[in-house]
Amino acid sequence: MKFNKFFFLNFFILCIILSCSDSDDSNSSSSDNYDRQALLSNIVNNIIIPAHNNFKNELDLFKSNVEVFDNNRDITNLQQLQNQFIEAYKAWQHIEMFNIGYAEEIFYASKMNIYPANISRISDNINAANIDLDSNSNQYSAQGFPAIDYLLFGLAEDNQSILNIYLSSGQDNLTMNYLNILSDKMVENTDLVIDYWQSNKESFINSSGNSSTSSLNMLSNDFVYYFEKGLRANKIGIPAGVWSGELPQNVEAYYKGNISKLLAIEGLQASYNFFNGIHFGSNQIDGEGLYDYLAYLDDTNYSDSTMFIGLEDDIVSSFENSMQKLLLLNDNFVIQIQADNIKMLEAYDAIQQAVVRLKTNMLSILGISVDYYDADGD
Amino acid sequence: MKKLISDYLNKDSSPYPLSIYRIGFGILVMITILRFWYNGWIDSLYIVPDFHFSYYGFSWVKPMGIYTYLIFYICFFSALFVMLGYKYKYAIVTLFLSFTYIELMDKTTYLNHYYLVSSISFLMIFLPCNSYFSIDSKSNNKIPKWTIDSLKLLIVLVYLYAGLAKINSDWLINAQPLKIWLKTKYSIPLIGESLLQKEFSYYLFSWGGMLYDISIPFLLLFKRTRVFAFIMVIIFHILTRILFPPIGMFPYIMIFSCIIFFNSSFHKKIIEFFKSFSKEKNNILEDYKSIKGLNKNKISLFFISGFFIFQILVPLRSAFYTGELFWNEQGYRFSWRVMLIEKTGYTTFKIVDKSNGKFIKVNNRDYLTMFQEKQMSFQPDMILEYAHYLGDIYKNKGFKDVSVYAESYVTLNGRPSQQFVDPKIDLYKQKRSFKHIKWIIPFTDEIKSLL
Repeated sequence: MKFNKFFFLNFFILCIILSCSDSDDSNSSSSDNYDRQALLSNIVNNIIIPAHNNFKNELDLFKSNVEVFDNNRDITNLQQLQNQFIEAYKAWQHIEMFNIGYAEEIFYASKMNIYPANISRISDNINAANIDLDSNSNQYSAQGFPAIDYLLFGLAEDNQSILNIYLSSGQDNLTMNYLNILSDKMVENTDLVIDYWQSNKESFINSSGNSSTSSLNMLSNDFVYYFEKGLRANKIGIPAGVWSGELPQNVEAYYKGNISKLLAIEGLQASYNFFNGIHFGSNQIDGEGLYDYLAYLDDTNYSDSTMFIGLEDDIVSSFENSMQKLLLLNDNFVIQIQADNIKMLEAYDAIQQAVVRLKTNMLSILGISVDYYDADGD
Repeated sequence: MKKLISDYLNKDSSPYPLSIYRIGFGILVMITILRFWYNGWIDSLYIVPDFHFSYYGFSWVKPMGIYTYLIFYICFFSALFVMLGYKYKYAIVTLFLSFTYIELMDKTTYLNHYYLVSSISFLMIFLPCNSYFSIDSKSNNKIPKWTIDSLKLLIVLVYLYAGLAKINSDWLINAQPLKIWLKTKYSIPLIGESLLQKEFSYYLFSWGGMLYDISIPFLLLFKRTRVFAFIMVIIFHILTRILFPPIGMFPYIMIFSCIIFFNSSFHKKIIEFFKSFSKEKNNILEDYKSIKGLNKNKISLFFISGFFIFQILVPLRSAFYTGELFWNEQGYRFSWRVMLIEKTGYTTFKIVDKSNGKFIKVNNRDYLTMFQEKQMSFQPDMILEYAHYLGDIYKNKGFKDVSVYAESYVTLNGRPSQQFVDPKIDLYKQKRSFKHIKWIIPFTDEIKSLL
């Protein structure tokens, strides 16, 4: 009797202790193994934050150019504004993939870059007294870069005609007003996102566990999502008609026209840099990235694996191959699609090969779930 | 021979082991249901999705909207009744039917231990688990020894098949998939950053797991090794619970089920232990009589022998299929192949109207949940079922001559991903059957295996 009571008590205590020790985000400092915190620290301090700061500089400059143009509406100021728009749009390509934390909460990426722009809604908004750009998801395609692309390049055939639209009815010009509202909104949202990163970077770097909400997990998922959707589908696949007929009007920066290739290359370069852990900026220092982590994890020793290069190098070469195919395209994807869509489809196929590797091999070996679904498995 | 069988069937045993088993099993099923409910899985797995993957021949088993909760309700109360031993026959039949119905509703959630629960509850229909320590039982009866042995046999089969399935080159020679899984379990206290990062530990766990599965049934059967074996059972299953949290209730069901191997005096002590909390002290009677006719009940014996023939043959059915089992997954389920493969897929579909060349690529998330998409992406039968579902949808949308093509890549146990479905094959023309699948591109590597 005594023995039994003792036995069962012990048994249950053991069960409880052991089953409570589920894995959770631990702030473990690393040992001789792979240092995930160094990886997170590199991505946050040398990629995410500098890329956001750079974007903010370009966006602030854009905002001040809007003010200059507002006060003095002439061709020179319009052109300067247009040029700065391109610079800001390029800088944006380096942060779209970080749909994390506050950015995710406010649908930052959707508010900045959903295209094609919804022209009829933009026209309605220009004439409306009060518009809610924050909580109505139907408004996402009437703000951000695609809407401004339309306002700066798409209102009329040439710059003089566009300028004339901004000159009509002087200070009460509704289009100018809407341009101001949109650029203010972009600055406002961006400032809040940067605040988030500044105040949360420590906890983000320290969350080095492997649960579905850990930093590395979120970064990897968001990166793969961006690469598949933001880059592959939106920039190339959808306009080239991979999903159903060709849709040249769906290219990024449709109204500016000849920068769609530039933006796609910028997005692919940003992905490449993130994967490799290459610092943001011109010095191109190669820090810790997913590449290095995969190299640590990927020591599968199948007998015939000599025929394969390592998974991490395989992914890098699929990026490089994608870049080569992108470089073959016309600066303006609209022209490319109409003249020779096969080249667009080839670029899509090359990027697709990278998507396949990221979604199967990389996610499999990283040991993280594709996203936050929750159920048993065996 | 005939006499031997007859003698064996006539052997009696005290009813304690079955009573304990009935009570514990009822509690575990109740916890399983409550846990399912508590985690919101009834909603997210059965009510939210528009489409459900069904088993061949069981496409009529579907969730019933909000009434799906009713099935779980029924299952919970039948488990409660089983535990109490109240109207046991009806309760255990209801438990088997309701739990199996839940399992059949969507293949996405297939788990070996759910199948184990179904199997045990089916077997228990024919066992007199209510003959003691139950509301049903007015008197104390002896029960046939074979009723207890049949539960033991099922557990033996589970372990043996699980162990034999681990005898393959990926598991033993490459230590896969444990190498992939354990390496990323770095946040487990104590061993995560140390032991689990060491190459030898993947081999230790792989070989240890295989040897454990194969030897534990025998160690449990022999009296001299039984206590040691049971301690091993506890350690092993708790360890799997720590290393693989999503394994759910499985460790508890296995640990509990192994108690059946202890002799009836042990079970008697458990009952005495529980009774020591109540005021009645005199319930354990030593003079019990046999239940008439149960020892050679033809119906029970017929179903139970049929059940075990099924349990022995079904895990072997993979032998009838050519091609790599882990790749084609023909004969993979219902075979106690647990944690053998790390498989991740990426599968998208293109629907073509051959009459005018019009086509569309499908966004899987428009039709499937994240979980369904993940499971579908590497399991051939699910890919085919989903392809037909998509084809039907587009037929209704006005596509005249529908074809469905898949672009699919799969990685298995850390190998580079390989194209999975033949992209030239119109899946809409492929029929669902138990025949060898021809539209999967053969696996390029070789995995040697015993089963």
